Amino acid sequence: MVKPGKNSIQGEGLRAPVIRIGLLQWAKTNLFNGVLNSILTIATLFLLYKVVPPFVRWAFIDSLWFSSAEQCRAGSGACWSIIPANIRFIIFGFYPHELHWRPLVAMIMLVALLFYSKNRDHWRPSLGYIWIAGLSTMGILMRGGLFGLTPVDSDKWGGLPLTLMLSFFGMFAAYPLGVLLALGRRSKMPAVKTICVLYIELIRGVPLISLLFMSAVLFPLFFPEGLTVNKIIRAQAAIILFTAAYIAEVVRGGLQAITRGQYEAAESLGLNYVQKMRLIVLPQALKIVIPPTVGILISAFKDTSLVVIIALYDVLKTTKSALANPSWMGFSPEAYLFVALIYFVCCFSMSNYSRRLEKELHT
Amino acid sequence: MTGETCKTSRSSEDKIIEIDCLHKWFGDLHVLNGISLTVFRGERIVICGPSGSGKSTLIRCINRLEEHQKGRIMVDGIELTGNLKNIEKIREEVGMVFQHFNLFPHLTILENLALGPIWVRKVPKKEAEETAMYYLEKVHIAEQAKKYPGQLSGGQQQRVAIARSLCMKPKIMLFDEPTSALDPEMVKEVLDVMINLAEEGMTMIVVSHEMGFAKSVAHRVLFMDFGQIVEENTPQVFFDCPQHDRTKLFLSQILH
Repeated sequence: MVKPGKNSIQGEGLRAPVIRIGLLQWAKTNLFNGVLNSILTIATLFLLYKVVPPFVRWAFIDSLWFSSAEQCRAGSGACWSIIPANIRFIIFGFYPHELHWRPLVAMIMLVALLFYSKNRDHWRPSLGYIWIAGLSTMGILMRGGLFGLTPVDSDKWGGLPLTLMLSFFGMFAAYPLGVLLALGRRSKMPAVKTICVLYIELIRGVPLISLLFMSAVLFPLFFPEGLTVNKIIRAQAAIILFTAAYIAEVVRGGLQAITRGQYEAAESLGLNYVQKMRLIVLPQALKIVIPPTVGILISAFKDTSLVVIIALYDVLKTTKSALANPSWMGFSPEAYLFVALIYFVCCFSMSNYSRRLEKELHT
Repeated sequence: MTGETCKTSRSSEDKIIEIDCLHKWFGDLHVLNGISLTVFRGERIVICGPSGSGKSTLIRCINRLEEHQKGRIMVDGIELTGNLKNIEKIREEVGMVFQHFNLFPHLTILENLALGPIWVRKVPKKEAEETAMYYLEKVHIAEQAKKYPGQLSGGQQQRVAIARSLCMKPKIMLFDEPTSALDPEMVKEVLDVMINLAEEGMTMIVVSHEMGFAKSVAHRVLFMDFGQIVEENTPQVFFDCPQHDRTKLFLSQILH
């Protein structure tokens, strides 16, 4: 007997009938329910047959995982051994070999902090202090010079720590800058608006590579004699400035999507500009534009690979350099697949998190 | 008093809104054409008229949601100009209820109400929440305090909107067609709240087509057309013997 509740109409609670479909029936209705669909299904199955078994054979069955280069050349499968043989160079670049524990610990700390910050319950003011402490520790670990750690010049920083650092700080600084630019572009004050428009349009008009070139080659011309700014900092600044321009436009779209009534209700209550934006408009606008924002941040992560152009050794460049070794030359698919996997893991985590965040915020 | 005279003749300390020869243009459209109006403390004014007559624009000028180009508006002794400080002071004392409610969808009902007092009047959070609950009970919606606006019906949302404005303890309440977006069933619950408010002596300016409300509660009824106040009278005179033909035509169309 069905108890009458909020969802029952007129007392008679009828449930929708449960239909169980067998696999064959499903295949018949979805894959073979017409001439065109049947042809497509057969063509797809054929394509899969042609591609998947050879790939599986190459990648897993015939592959060698921990052999030497000569054994790899003798074999016909994938030479995954290139990875274990060169892993320390791929991950850490030119960082001194015996001190690899330091960037490793720094990366683990970063990932741990990120996982901790995932949980929105932890978004309290104390989180800011935790991050500051964490980032300082990571900085000391990488740099050395304090607490008895041997100093390591930033020229030697490379590989995955460099990629993570450039992308993390890039995203973290570009986002608020982008929001400010978006607000500035919508401002009624002509000077502010013009500056923001000029900035956004100029930056969006050039590729990141040219900004990186400019940061490495052009800016030192403007600095007074003897003042050299660290190359990594210059590259970081270029990435931040570039990403901020794109975030600005996406956030501006979000601001436009908020109905005027929201602005007016906030103003009628007597909220000033900062309160209105912080309490009413931005929470709604930023939430709406999470999908495109995360898209930009994911792109920014991958764009860090462009720093190869100014001779910084990010994780893609170190992988490429490992292939330059004559004994390992020719195994580029394996090496690039590995680095692609690294990128994929990072980008997919960001994407996944954004989906989770959206789901949480819509409750 | 018609829109042509530009000098108010009464002088009393009880004036809470003084509008003097107000003109406003939207581009080339002359939407407010020499409006003069004085509202006294505790007075209830209903403004009616066809679409485009400028009634909403008029009340939106009072809390500077629209800027006027010519003329003078004084609210509670403060002149309404571009001066931001004055505008903010005036907005603290003038509450506004919109046709489309404009509740903040990302905040609970309680947070919607407590926001103004906490951030504008700098009231401590606990006290603001107590005030919020008091006004929620007044509009008979206290049980919905933890819900989000999207979970409420139109009538409930509008009552919450009224409570939200009341939490700021304003001296004047402006209503811009508060019941026009509601089902007929919900119109009554909102009008009841407004009648309650009126009986407590709140100064109210209501743009509405609810003539029953005007008859029962208003001190004066204004009819606007083409940016001018065509007729202005007590409800009895206004509805029983309208003086202008335009008013007569309008009333014949909306009263059945």
